[in-house]
Amino acid sequence: MRDRLASARRVLAENPLDLVALGFFSLLVLCAALGPCIAPYDPLATDTTIALQAPSLAHWFGADQLGRDIFSRVVVATRLDLFIAFAAVVLSGVVGSVIGAAIGYHRGFADASVSRVVDVLMAFPLFVLAMATVAALGNTIMNVIYATAIINLPFYIRLARAETNIRRGLGYVEAARVGGSSHARILFVCLLPNILPALVVQASLNLGWAVLNAAGLSFIGLGVRAPTPEWGIMVADGAQFITSRQWWIALFPGLALMLAVFSFNLIGDGLRDIVDPRSRT
Amino acid sequence: MRYVLRRGFGVAPTLAGVLVVTFLITHCLPGDPAVFFASNPSMDAGAVAAIREKLGLDLPLWRQFFLYVAQVAHGDLGQSITTGQPVARDLMRLLPASMELTICAFALANLIALPLGIAAALRPRSLMDHACRIISTAGVSLPTFVTGLVLIYVFYYLADIAPEPIGRIDAFAVPPPRVTGFFLVDTLLSGDARGFVMAAKQIVLPALTMALFALAPLARMTRAAMLGVLSADFIRAARANGLSASTIVFTYAFRNAMLPVVTTLGMVFSYMLGANVLVEKVFAWPGIGSYTLDALMALDYAPVQGFMLMMAAIFVAINLLIDVVYALIDPRAELDADA
Repeated sequence: MRDRLASARRVLAENPLDLVALGFFSLLVLCAALGPCIAPYDPLATDTTIALQAPSLAHWFGADQLGRDIFSRVVVATRLDLFIAFAAVVLSGVVGSVIGAAIGYHRGFADASVSRVVDVLMAFPLFVLAMATVAALGNTIMNVIYATAIINLPFYIRLARAETNIRRGLGYVEAARVGGSSHARILFVCLLPNILPALVVQASLNLGWAVLNAAGLSFIGLGVRAPTPEWGIMVADGAQFITSRQWWIALFPGLALMLAVFSFNLIGDGLRDIVDPRSRT
Repeated sequence: MRYVLRRGFGVAPTLAGVLVVTFLITHCLPGDPAVFFASNPSMDAGAVAAIREKLGLDLPLWRQFFLYVAQVAHGDLGQSITTGQPVARDLMRLLPASMELTICAFALANLIALPLGIAAALRPRSLMDHACRIISTAGVSLPTFVTGLVLIYVFYYLADIAPEPIGRIDAFAVPPPRVTGFFLVDTLLSGDARGFVMAAKQIVLPALTMALFALAPLARMTRAAMLGVLSADFIRAARANGLSASTIVFTYAFRNAMLPVVTTLGMVFSYMLGANVLVEKVFAWPGIGSYTLDALMALDYAPVQGFMLMMAAIFVAINLLIDVVYALIDPRAELDADA
């Protein structure tokens, strides 16, 4: 543990950018937690007298076509966007690692068939698959989470399967088996904790991608519905005004989205450097 | 050759799975197609039932599936309700637009990413290396639809260099006679230089948008692979033998470093085919992505089904191609497969 902390400090010292990312991340979490309290205006309140107003001291990010304060909307949207991404990543991470570890441990028929299913899922361009899934299941936030989880699932299954496969013949697993541990106990007590670091790194790397994916879905009109403040929808709202001078409607939610993904990716990279220094790129 | 054939057969189960998934997903799409066909208000329940029967919607699921497979085998992807045309014809008509965009973006991404990655690996911790790191981390963080809008704002609205971001060619211009469907090629074939410039101007921004997103993983992988190879023993031996730097980098290191990069290409292509939908929407590009989105919004599910199938088929074909290229670069892959 102390080694880990020391190497964490070294990694952070080498990459000041990671510290910046950590700062952004805290800011996002703060916005997500306190969103409605920080926002100076009601994100849904319309006021036609200020419609399409440029950024000013009263309205930092300007106002949209219905006169809603964009700053408040961007801040309030943080919670929903982060929630979708976290929920999807946790869901696919937990389900994927248990399935992957189980088939990597048992092999045989289950392994062959699940691997085939994973191959099929990976045969689709993933965003297209997510699009079709949301369209088929219905246009709700829960279904966006499910769709994002489904397209993330193959990565966890493959990773957990490969990692378990390497370890299943190792001495401590055999010792546990000889000692009379059940398969479930070996899997959950001996193997899963050992492959956890790799999975956590994968999850943190996927987080940024999950945010992008969910925002992309709502950008094309799937998932989150119109008045709800959400970054993807807000960018879609602003898209029609970009060619007529009102750049702020699309830009600020877009920037928030970029910032979130950027900091998630940097944190994921940093985490990988700490957990697995060999795979540094 | 035997390797290629065997790999070709290997994708058959995956394609079968793709058919099942496509069928099941589109089967769950909301909206009853029979009611859609029977949109005439004078139609009663009996007429709707007749249409359901005609469309085979009253059959059990597994029989519908086999009907569907038989149709696909005949190249029939169903009828689009919105355009009134067979989906297969619509897709084939619009595919060149999407392919042209994707290929341009892919070429652009490679042109930028490979030299950047190599330069970064040759001088670790140099300015170039930091630039590579920033570009590759920032690149994957850019939502394509935001980058696209920013590019439109800067180059169309502010700088006024780019044409209006609608479609593949100026609305008042005559599209070139169709030979390949790629406007860039067709205008050249018909000797229409002005048309070529016009089409090129239209494609630059969307292609750049997609390339920015795709080049990040490529640059990153190239850098990592080159770094790994450059520290290998055989490179040190080559250096000790006094080979020139360019021979070492391009003949020895580059070919070896290409292996992981070629594998990444598959992933990059998957992203690009997905991002295509978003980019086409932002730039009003008349490709299969926009077509499918319109169909999706109209609850017209045959085009969605056809689109998914086509995307998966293209992606499987590309992965196959990548495997073959991989075997060409690294003859060991073929041996491994035989063993």
